Amino acid sequence: MSYEIIGVSVLWIFLYGYLIVASIDFGAGFFAFYAKVTKQDHVVNQLIARYLSPVWEVTNVFFVFFFVGIVGFFPETAYYYGTALLVPGSIAIILLAIRGSFYAFENYGSKQSTVYTFLYGATGLLIPASLSVALTLSEGGFIKETNGTVSLQYLELFTSPLSWSIVALAIVSVLFISAAFLSFYAARAKDYPALKLVRNFALFWSTPAIIAAMTTLIFLSQHNERHYESMLDLWWMFGLSVGFFMIAIWLLYRGKLYGIAFVSIMLQYLFAFFGYGIGHYPYLLDPYISIHESATHESMGIALVIAFIGGLLLLVPSLILLMRLFLFNADYVKGKK
Amino acid sequence: MELDTVLMSRLLTAMTLGFHIIFATLGVGVPLMISIAELIGIKKKDPYYRLLARRWTRGFVISVAVGVVTGTAIGLQLSLVWPNFMQVAGNVISLPLFMEVFAFFFEAIFLGIYLYTWDRFKNQYIHWLFSLPIIIGGGFSAVFITTVNAFMNTPDGFTVENGTFAAVNPITAMLNPATPTKVFHVLSSAYLTCAAILAAITAFMILKKKTTAYYKKALKLTLTLTFIFAVITAIAGDSSAKFLAAHQPEKLAAAEWHFETEEGADLLLFGWLNDAHEAIGEIRIPKFLSFLAHGDFNAEVAGLEETPDEYWPPLWVHYMFDLMVTIGFFLPAVALLYLILSKLKKRDEHNKGMLSLIVLSGPLAMLAIEFGWIYAEEGRQPWIIRGYMTVEEAATSSPHIGLMFFLFLALYVVLGTLCIVTLRKVFRDNPAEEELEKLYPSVEKGDKS
Repeated sequence: MSYEIIGVSVLWIFLYGYLIVASIDFGAGFFAFYAKVTKQDHVVNQLIARYLSPVWEVTNVFFVFFFVGIVGFFPETAYYYGTALLVPGSIAIILLAIRGSFYAFENYGSKQSTVYTFLYGATGLLIPASLSVALTLSEGGFIKETNGTVSLQYLELFTSPLSWSIVALAIVSVLFISAAFLSFYAARAKDYPALKLVRNFALFWSTPAIIAAMTTLIFLSQHNERHYESMLDLWWMFGLSVGFFMIAIWLLYRGKLYGIAFVSIMLQYLFAFFGYGIGHYPYLLDPYISIHESATHESMGIALVIAFIGGLLLLVPSLILLMRLFLFNADYVKGKK
Repeated sequence: MELDTVLMSRLLTAMTLGFHIIFATLGVGVPLMISIAELIGIKKKDPYYRLLARRWTRGFVISVAVGVVTGTAIGLQLSLVWPNFMQVAGNVISLPLFMEVFAFFFEAIFLGIYLYTWDRFKNQYIHWLFSLPIIIGGGFSAVFITTVNAFMNTPDGFTVENGTFAAVNPITAMLNPATPTKVFHVLSSAYLTCAAILAAITAFMILKKKTTAYYKKALKLTLTLTFIFAVITAIAGDSSAKFLAAHQPEKLAAAEWHFETEEGADLLLFGWLNDAHEAIGEIRIPKFLSFLAHGDFNAEVAGLEETPDEYWPPLWVHYMFDLMVTIGFFLPAVALLYLILSKLKKRDEHNKGMLSLIVLSGPLAMLAIEFGWIYAEEGRQPWIIRGYMTVEEAATSSPHIGLMFFLFLALYVVLGTLCIVTLRKVFRDNPAEEELEKLYPSVEKGDKS
């Protein structure tokens, strides 16, 4: 396997990792705000804060990892995406900055403020929307290069049903994944009032999540036929994805095995995300950047892969330690430590 | 319009970096101070030092959050604002950028663990051990990102074919000539600055309230550390000057207004330039520039005349250099004065004048970091990759950059203000004395000696 395929696979795995951990984080922020407005904050906010506090910084790193990695493996992406994404990218940075720092101001700074909670919750939904623009752009048709100047076609972007359906998919997926995770976490903590609330959230958001996925697929078939066709060749991946979705919903509905329900949702998104990604091959930006033509020099590509393996050897044990101390430590989850 | 885009790109990056390095410096240095305080506390079974570690950590978390989000901003801005630079240089520098993220990842994981496990282990050393990966992660982040900056100053590890970089050797690029001195100087000055800032906060508290055993111990520890790191930083600065003389003579020459190549060159402090490029009103230290550059009072120092005019850095970097160096001498002097006073039985080292000097040295240390970076960055103008790519060729062509500048300006004003407000609130609502009683009730009350 060539190093650029390894590179793009690794990056895709990290983007998937970010999709899951960030969804939990973003959605939790929204639910925390929603609970506060509807005067249910005493029920869930303790639960949310106990999970988020030790891990929010780690979530952020997944994202940094992805964008540093993609520029590293494929420097051409910096030229096209960098120029075109100046405005949406900057907005995403500002939202991320507000979100991250306000979280710390509120939680470590002993200041309880509805404004902070509102900004924290609202940015949690706006960030996925602004980041998903990059996915829309990758389908092609929104970036033009004339006389060596790259520009983003805002009118096309804002009037495209594809871009709006991707935004909708991102937002409802965030809420669905997050609520399912919080159900699992609440069940572990044996916090039944919280569980009841977040389980309802999860069941509620499952329907828009699957509808948004379908509409995105339809609009994609109109926008980029090549991509759609190659995704059809991978029909079995999307079939598995739907299958895991059904398992998850059934378990949530029956109100048991929340851990397996959440894993099913992870697998549901895993298959859909990889089916989408593999179908995208060989383009990173249709039709300007293809994986093989834009890859960095071989020596750098190999060095990056080696650095990646070395880094994982360091990170995986550390992440396991983090999870054992907080996520899977029954006493901590219940609030006894 | 072309020039405006470039100028706005430079201003946006300067602003983001200028804001970020405040928090980045704290992020690198403060964990070391926390770890030292906790270790002393455990070893001596002294609750004061352990409380010190706890309280520093509480403030540190808030600054870390701002550091993380502004660091994310600068990481993305590299590609958004300088797309042409990343397209070309990405081939050579992505390895250290990637490794920097790993170091940051490592730090982030253990910071979470450290923060939430204060009383979780019976053996106190286990909790202390978790501070080490934070120090290592923070330190290595600084090392890797500094190698990127070093590469931009003295590019190495590639050949040029058809206008693009070829035959790339990522390791050689990382270990370019500027790397050793830069890394040394960045790390030592970060530790120095954090020690000085923590000393300044302590001195300020003593001035405002009263001298308690807790603050006395904190002041002695931080000033001792300030002195040690100031001496190390001076050595680092000296080796940086010698590096510049050997590899980037125009940067040193611009800092010293040294136009003509000569032997036994004088060192100029402050002053200003007249139209004929002669320094007026300066303090002149004979032959000292030769000594600074080559360790020999009669050595020849290359002047700016060796560099074509269009590649001259701006001459105002002289002031940045002078201010940085002046503060670099002020900090150890203050720390040493305090340490001497504390040894003399008859003198009270906690007098108002002494404390005021210490309070002053904290912000000055951070200013020196800013001046040093401005000097290092502006001294490389007009290049973004010295000798290969100018900043004009590297900037984005997007017309929206000006708007982005003001958006980010607003963001940093809000973040900076709220950070200070939150930090003040954290400490004012929770005085050290009360916390000490709550956490360690065994400590005798009213220990105000």
